[in-house]
Amino acid sequence: MTSSPTPEDGTRPAHTPPDELHASLDSRLAPAARTWLAEALDTAATCSGPHEPYPAWEVRLAEAGRRCGSAHADAVRVLILRAARADMAALTRVYHHGTADERRAVLHALPHLVAGPEAVPLVEDALRTNDTRLLTAAVGPYAARCLSAHTWRHAVLKCLFTAVPVDSVADLARRARGDTELARMLGDYATERAAAGRPVPEDLYRVLALTEPEPASEPEPASEPASEPARHPVADLPGKESRCASSTPTSI
Amino acid sequence: MRIFDPHIHMTSRTTDDYEAMHAAGVRAVVEPAFWLGQPRTSPASFLDYFDSLLGWEPFRAAQYGIAHHCTLALNPKEANDPRCVPVLDELPRYLVKDQVVAVGEIGYDSMTPAEDIALATQLQLAADHALPALVHTPHRDKLAGLRRTLDVVRESALPPERVLIDHLNEPTVKEAKTSGCWLGFSVYPDTKMDEKRMVAILRAHGPERVLVNSAADWGRSDPLKTRRVGDLMLAEGFTEDDADRVLWRNPVEFYGLSGRLNLDVTVTEATHEGNSVLRGGG
Repeated sequence: MTSSPTPEDGTRPAHTPPDELHASLDSRLAPAARTWLAEALDTAATCSGPHEPYPAWEVRLAEAGRRCGSAHADAVRVLILRAARADMAALTRVYHHGTADERRAVLHALPHLVAGPEAVPLVEDALRTNDTRLLTAAVGPYAARCLSAHTWRHAVLKCLFTAVPVDSVADLARRARGDTELARMLGDYATERAAAGRPVPEDLYRVLALTEPEPASEPEPASEPASEPARHPVADLPGKESRCASSTPTSI
Repeated sequence: MRIFDPHIHMTSRTTDDYEAMHAAGVRAVVEPAFWLGQPRTSPASFLDYFDSLLGWEPFRAAQYGIAHHCTLALNPKEANDPRCVPVLDELPRYLVKDQVVAVGEIGYDSMTPAEDIALATQLQLAADHALPALVHTPHRDKLAGLRRTLDVVRESALPPERVLIDHLNEPTVKEAKTSGCWLGFSVYPDTKMDEKRMVAILRAHGPERVLVNSAADWGRSDPLKTRRVGDLMLAEGFTEDDADRVLWRNPVEFYGLSGRLNLDVTVTEATHEGNSVLRGGG
């Protein structure tokens, strides 16, 4: 995202360049919080303070919510992680030592801090939870870039199961295009819902439409080659008129 | 009637309870770390439990518009098992977390030397982290346990106005009140306090510094006991303001001593509308 800072930036820290995030925060934080953030970023950048047993910036990471307000905590934590130049060892430690809020911030920081697939285990950990706040963060730009086709498809399906809007799935159209296996999974899920007399999530049909292949003039290989043409039985699927109102994230 | 249950073990309760609690007026809870019924044998199982109190439970509570905070500690019973005691070394990294509003529940179970050490150590941890402390009084030999607890509190770095003494009853309320500590009462179907006795105590000793909780857990307990007490208070002539003081403002004031109470819950319902509801008072 390259637009000018908006109130939404605080909730989309994975999509916002960190410098923009910082500028946006500075314009919205209360003076005391702004001062605290400046000092926290300085601590992180210089790694000053006691290092035993953990660097001082990890405490700043933990207390970001009460210092800056929960609405800004995700963005503040992403900036602290960047200032600390957190490597995989640090990211893994603060994720596993973190509250759900801190884990979410680590997930948001991944596209800014990790180039390769080495952080995929953290995303997979988040995808195993049923906490929709973690799931939403897990399907961000890093997942779009690094998740295997199988894991990514299950992540999309889990969003449908737990009523996480698929708008949260970064790069959805690009990854879904021509994915016949995802189309099959969506179709089977719709059939299962219908067999139980339950409504099919509207989002399912949106994703299913996105799985249609590109015209032949714009070849874009699917993440796994299909041996036969994709079937897109949108019109044949039952119950497409209604939203999945009964989804319960606490069920396994 | 807005209700803050200052001591409830939601880990041991179902999601249906959250729904019923919200319908009864509960908008905030504090979940103290405690004994799970089956003794733990290593710090690792404490850490998974602490993580749950900082992750899954707040999420579950938020689905029903309930703000969830916790208190963390090595509980008195398991302080006697040397295999569990090393969890004290892990507590500092947890006590800095945003949703941790006190050290607890600490105190005495069998009044052993190991419990002396755990209590004193954790009162110091509370002082070090600018947190208040939730101190449980023992079920057996309660009055002697209260006196020993108050002795340890007096010797600690924590002033009494930052200590909540819990599970009080008729024989212990007077000395606890004289100590200057906050006064917690657990209302249960069979044991501890019941609604009628609770209201009698409020009449005799006043609502100042009094917190009422359900302490609901895996035992025979009822997460709606706070509401029952509120209803009986009104039926027996207390004002709405008295009920609000005991069931909302007192717990907000006590746990607010942490500087970490956040009663603004973003409801994470299945529809994911993300509506934020300002609960006020905090």
